[in-house]
Amino acid sequence: MRVEGLRTMPNSLPRWEHFDHESDIGVRGIGRSRDEAFAQVAQALTAVVTDPACVLARESVRVSCQAADDEMLLVEWLNAIIFQMATRGMIFGRFAVACQDMHLDGEMAGERIDRDRHQPAVEVKAATMSCLRVVCDATGVWTAECVVDV
Amino acid sequence: MDPNRLSKKSSTEWWLAPTGRMRVPGIIFASEELVRAMDEKVLQQVANVAGLPGIVRASFAMPDAHWGYGFPIGGVAAFSAEAGGVISAGGVGFDISCGVRTLRTGLSIDEVEPRRAALADALFRAVPCGVGSTGPVRLSASELDDLMLGGARWAVKRGFGRAADLETIEEDGVMAGADPDAVSSEAKQRQRDQLGTLGSGNHYLEVQEVVEIFAPDIAAAYQLRAGEVVVSIHCGSRGLGHQIGTDYLKSMLAEAGRHGIALPERELACAPIDSATGRHYLGAMRAAMNCAMANRQVIAHLVRETFREIFSAADLTLLYDVSHNTCKEEEHEVDGRKRRLFVHRKGATRAFGPGHPAVPAVYRSFGQPVLIGGSMGTASYILAGTTEGMGRAFGSAVHGAGRSLSRHEATKRWKGRAVVDTLAGHGILIRSPSLRGVAEEAPGAYKDVGAVVDAAEQAGLARKVARVRPLVCVKG
Repeated sequence: MRVEGLRTMPNSLPRWEHFDHESDIGVRGIGRSRDEAFAQVAQALTAVVTDPACVLARESVRVSCQAADDEMLLVEWLNAIIFQMATRGMIFGRFAVACQDMHLDGEMAGERIDRDRHQPAVEVKAATMSCLRVVCDATGVWTAECVVDV
Repeated sequence: MDPNRLSKKSSTEWWLAPTGRMRVPGIIFASEELVRAMDEKVLQQVANVAGLPGIVRASFAMPDAHWGYGFPIGGVAAFSAEAGGVISAGGVGFDISCGVRTLRTGLSIDEVEPRRAALADALFRAVPCGVGSTGPVRLSASELDDLMLGGARWAVKRGFGRAADLETIEEDGVMAGADPDAVSSEAKQRQRDQLGTLGSGNHYLEVQEVVEIFAPDIAAAYQLRAGEVVVSIHCGSRGLGHQIGTDYLKSMLAEAGRHGIALPERELACAPIDSATGRHYLGAMRAAMNCAMANRQVIAHLVRETFREIFSAADLTLLYDVSHNTCKEEEHEVDGRKRRLFVHRKGATRAFGPGHPAVPAVYRSFGQPVLIGGSMGTASYILAGTTEGMGRAFGSAVHGAGRSLSRHEATKRWKGRAVVDTLAGHGILIRSPSLRGVAEEAPGAYKDVGAVVDAAEQAGLARKVARVRPLVCVKG
């Protein structure tokens, strides 16, 4: 089941969506490249917690990660964001991704969580390997998705 | 789930015969109605677990089972090291040692009722909850190591609670065999300022009234009386456990490949118990168990202080503290022979029966308390482990209601403010930093916890002792 993103238009590119899971939430990013899909799925991750449009880009954080395949690279990327959120007490609203093969350099911009303004709904514990998929279709559109545990 | 795919052994026991890679049968304990309400993926996950090396007797699902990661939530499976068995990070989950602790307040509903709103506000101020909250203690590296080794006992030494509390916590409040060196620096970093925090999602702190007693003899032993007020805390090992789960799922995925273990789903990632990765995970997981018990100990201390501010005579005593996301090495009788087994309970509560040496002395004649969380608007239950249950599913029972609607579906149907107002109309005060979080956790998004515990009792997994209703719920 597809759940439209809060701020992205259906079928526009790039975009993010949530999809249903019985107890947790599926996050999906769709873009014209793997980098774009990974940046969008990060927006979907933030939207699990709060509306990404409410997050101010006050501070930037860079992360790097690598994996053996595209799907595990997605898990590594999302878990790197979750780690930064947890240890810095921050929420991020803008993401840029540059991948070279199976190495990812990411930059995220955000701010410290403001409980009144962000009304954070739930803490994300981890990106899981459930419903994990990174694919490029015949038209060159990339989709990156998995379920996150909340 | 279509019950016709299963063999009905009784009104609450359904078998899936071994096929394909399954080494043992799958056994689901549930009423037909609950089976029909279960997602088909539960059955697939039960079958997948049944195919793991060294599994003993069966792959079990409790009445509240739902779709999880690798293992179903509500899944129970035991493995033998001598039979080449495995330990699975997916079989424990990311929220290691998530559990419930219930305290008796010694106060009656008549005493609490006039000051209930003040109590709700004070608890919400005192107990850190929700995204971005930090606890009352910022731990140094050596303190965190001590906590991982000492669990609730460490917390008591630090002045959080009483030594008597340890007598009614699983493992006497400290899990032996923890290995802080097997915990990554990232996991330790995530825990640095999270001790004493409730978390978010389905975690809560509830003030409850005992409204119904089902087993007067056991209730008397548990010192529970109708009309009295208790407090329940539902939370786990916080960032430490989340990161340990993340770290070891990855390393176990590689380890399973090295040992030629076929994984139909990556979240079934596992390692032989008798392997370096298996031993390291056990040490790290036990460290997280200690973290969870210490966390609930610190929160209980904050709750006690708050009660004393409002009710000067309040004396909160610990009924029990039990986890429902664990893997424990236990002795069980299988086919007339005692065997050491590693029992995974993921979203399932240990429910040891009368006479078991692991049950606290004060409850040993009656079986251990089994604490079952409901949803904000319904009931919770206190059950007792049974002798029959020891032979059913290695002394295991349900852990809660389980969701029936996704978070997104819940926010489509309900608004947070309306949920708070409706529950207030039913006499339940909600305090939460997030109205969206309240909407996602709306009581209507959960199954009927009464049907779940009835099925557990009919299946012989545990016996109903008392039902409690929420008066105040602090949601993360």
